[in-house]
Amino acid sequence: MTFGIVVFPGSNCDEDAFHAAKEVFGQDAEYLWHKDTDLKGSDVVILPGGFAHGDYLRTGAMARFSPIMGAVRAFAERGGPVLGICNGFQILLESGLLPGAMLRNKGLQYRCEHVYLRVERTDTPFTSATTAGTVLRIPIGHGEGNYFAPADMLQTIETNRQVVLRYTDPQGRIDDDWNPNGSVNAIAGLCNEARNVVGMMPHPERACEPLLGGVDGRAIFESIVAWGGSAESLALHPVGARAEGARAF
Amino acid sequence: MIDSQVLERHGLKRDEYDRIVQFLGREPNLTELGIFSVMWSEHCSYKSSRVHLKTLPTQGPQVLQGPGENAGAVDIGEGLAAVFKIESHNHPSFIEPYQGAATGVGGIIRDIFTMGARPIALLNSLRFGALDAPGTTRLLEGVVSGIAGYGNSIGIPTVGGEIAFEPSYAGNPLVNVFCLGIAKASDIIKGVASGAGNSVYYVGAKTGRDGIHGATMASAEFDEKSAEKRPAVQVGDPFMEKLLLEACLEVMQIDALVGIQDMGAAGLTCSTTEMGSRGGAGVEIDVALVPQRETGMTPYEIMLSESQERMLLVVKRGREADVEKIFDKWDLHAVHIGEVTTDGMLRVKEHGSVVAEIPNRALTDEAPVYRRPMAEPEYLREVQQLDLHQLEGARAFQASDQRDVVLALLGSPTIASKKWIYRQYDHMVRTNTINLPGHGAGVVRIKGSDRALAMSVDGNGRYCHLDPYRGAMLAVAEAARNVACSGARPLAATNCLNFGNPERPPIMWQFAKAVEGIGAACRALDVPITGGNVSLYNETDGKAIYPTPIIGVVGLLELADRVVSRRFREAGDTIVLLGTGRGELGGSEYLKVVHDLVGGMPPALDLEAERALQTLLVTLANERLIRSSHDCSDGGLAVAVAECCFDTGGMGAEFAIDGVDVARDTRLNVAAALYGESASRAVVSVVPDRVTAVLQRAAAANVPAQVIGQTGGTRLRVAVGGTSVIDLTVDEAERVWSSAIDRHFAKRVA
Repeated sequence: MTFGIVVFPGSNCDEDAFHAAKEVFGQDAEYLWHKDTDLKGSDVVILPGGFAHGDYLRTGAMARFSPIMGAVRAFAERGGPVLGICNGFQILLESGLLPGAMLRNKGLQYRCEHVYLRVERTDTPFTSATTAGTVLRIPIGHGEGNYFAPADMLQTIETNRQVVLRYTDPQGRIDDDWNPNGSVNAIAGLCNEARNVVGMMPHPERACEPLLGGVDGRAIFESIVAWGGSAESLALHPVGARAEGARAF
Repeated sequence: MIDSQVLERHGLKRDEYDRIVQFLGREPNLTELGIFSVMWSEHCSYKSSRVHLKTLPTQGPQVLQGPGENAGAVDIGEGLAAVFKIESHNHPSFIEPYQGAATGVGGIIRDIFTMGARPIALLNSLRFGALDAPGTTRLLEGVVSGIAGYGNSIGIPTVGGEIAFEPSYAGNPLVNVFCLGIAKASDIIKGVASGAGNSVYYVGAKTGRDGIHGATMASAEFDEKSAEKRPAVQVGDPFMEKLLLEACLEVMQIDALVGIQDMGAAGLTCSTTEMGSRGGAGVEIDVALVPQRETGMTPYEIMLSESQERMLLVVKRGREADVEKIFDKWDLHAVHIGEVTTDGMLRVKEHGSVVAEIPNRALTDEAPVYRRPMAEPEYLREVQQLDLHQLEGARAFQASDQRDVVLALLGSPTIASKKWIYRQYDHMVRTNTINLPGHGAGVVRIKGSDRALAMSVDGNGRYCHLDPYRGAMLAVAEAARNVACSGARPLAATNCLNFGNPERPPIMWQFAKAVEGIGAACRALDVPITGGNVSLYNETDGKAIYPTPIIGVVGLLELADRVVSRRFREAGDTIVLLGTGRGELGGSEYLKVVHDLVGGMPPALDLEAERALQTLLVTLANERLIRSSHDCSDGGLAVAVAECCFDTGGMGAEFAIDGVDVARDTRLNVAAALYGESASRAVVSVVPDRVTAVLQRAAAANVPAQVIGQTGGTRLRVAVGGTSVIDLTVDEAERVWSSAIDRHFAKRVA
């Protein structure tokens, strides 16, 4: 399948996501420049980490206006899988593709370290190859990852089972000491109601190779690659449309 | 018009002014005087240090680019080059810690990508006053968040570094930043201007009044025109630099550039002059074409501004449109501000009329060079005396006290875990980091290759204070040893020389001795110096810092997966000490922490033994004979072994050392054995069935090696001369070590 990786000015994990898709998982990958409006036949879109447009105003606040976001929104509305990692998650929130907002980390410091995440939902394209309750060890690197939603919105999110990942201790128990940024309900990852758009603060692309000290991030990529061969994926790209696209499997 | 007061404000001496008049054949105007003053400043001209720096070894088959360019470069095989340099930003960081440190990071990154290299790793070396001294917290927080704010945003991982706390730096902290990049060896680009008629382009942030020397601004002529006096510290914009970085690397791919240079110190003046001088050409620009952030800027201000994130490019004739198109893509606007000429002059115009005209040669090659007077400092003889017997009565320790001593050392901020600092740095972006901060040298793999690069910055100002020659040698040895401990073969070095006022003979003596020491060690260890930076006048109220040469060493792992970290891996492994402890307590952390004493001679260094040890460490890693490897330095063997236990989930270790006979009192012998900082030692852990092989390799390499203990259990247990002296859980020791700096800040918040 083809991974489309959006490059905003100031993105800095775009090459890492590209490397994971292409070199680690052997998939096709394309960079999607933010001023373009063509997704180049992408089967999945990743909004990578970084500081899009410098993030001087508010994380993701400028990036939502980049021309490519119109195409990403249309793709998501058709059911196309979209993953926002770190700054990408922040951009999804600002774009309204996911509910809620980010605050500065509790402690007000940027934090780069490994955290533990419990998989809550496996009915998204990015967690389908995992089992609920699995604890993943994946690094974070952010200054504004303190997820917040007002009580009623939070209620809806929980009722709809939109929380995909939560910060936990190594045994999978929720514990404030193991919540690195103060996120409400220990939310580390979230999906939309249709479940095809997922945002997560941790960086799965940083945990795909043993040399980097951990491979738990593979679960996210393996899920989407498996999803690429599934019936849902075929429904998104009917045979005719696929033939017109620049790339096929 | 140019009187002695004006000269003084420009930091120029009368005889220097006379030389200027001689070069020009007339009196300079004020703009020209400003240009001379920055180009002849210590910072740009190296006038006090140059005669000494010339003695450093800079050659070797691995060296692709030695000193004199924006950064050095070494061959790392497969047609690739590692481009790296270290630089200081001490003075700005003291005035405004966040921006001072941030712009330091920005500056060194520009030096690397200017060479055509993609920056892939940052390190930093920091010095502050005592952690609990007033002011340290503010400076430390500011500097760390400044480094983080810039490096994290631009997306270059900070993969390691070092930090020490000493009262000597209270009034003058040190912020040295190192950057390393990767380029195709054939693609390295230089800072040259040549080819008459080629276009000179300006790209990046607009020029403002920031960074113009405050004293200069105060001259009468400028008071009227300068509506505002900006502080002398610049403000960094990492987003602008990220755009510049990506755009410049893209432009370099189309072979349209003759040369490129960043505008760092002395801004437009330095970049135009140096590029012209290197290319044997002249450069003519019109300052009216320079993008300006403020109105009413004079040529003087434009030429001297140190606004950040600006680049100067010389574009091949006919390729201008191609270059402009790439910058447009990144929303940057490359502006044509002048041409290369053949007459070797720096000619500055404003709306077409000449406002400054100076031969490049006068500003660069012909800048003054001083052989400043030197004198051995008087304090040396006194501090080098160390009578251990005096200590015995003052504070004798029982064997059982060693538990308190080792905990005191582990909790000393210089030794304690720096996690509070490095977790604020993105150390994993670019997904290359294979040895995390705190685990030894920073190691990054090279994608598309089996190789990896290891890098370490080190220096010990206390050692250099006690003996600058030996202290500087030890800094080179430690940096190279840290690299070798990770399994990488040290290739080359860069240095940042932080000293006091060179006009004082004792300081100049320290400087000369340190450079001699660096030269000796670099020659013996075959790590030529490929560039660096000198920072002088590090003084507050006439009190100089400890002389502090910081050395950055880069090494190569031919197989990335052979990387070794400091952490013990499995219980039941054998612990082997390579090298010999001689119980040297001079200059040690032990004397400082326990006896509040800075004295004695720093540890002796046998450069041949050091080289043998480093070669052995690389061999052992490459043959997969060791599972962990850790340098033995601050705090000696006891601290080194304890550190090997940390970050392992609480794995214990026990080891025994024979007594070391340095004092009549056996209690000090115990301390000397445990905490002495003898050089050229490393602690390795080995699977039991490979111990014989390790000892054989050591014997063949002429490196003393002995089995001292084994890993396992949950306690750290140490015996000296057959007596148990330390026995505590790793958990307890690790809690002290990992919380010392954290707790300091937690207390403050509460």
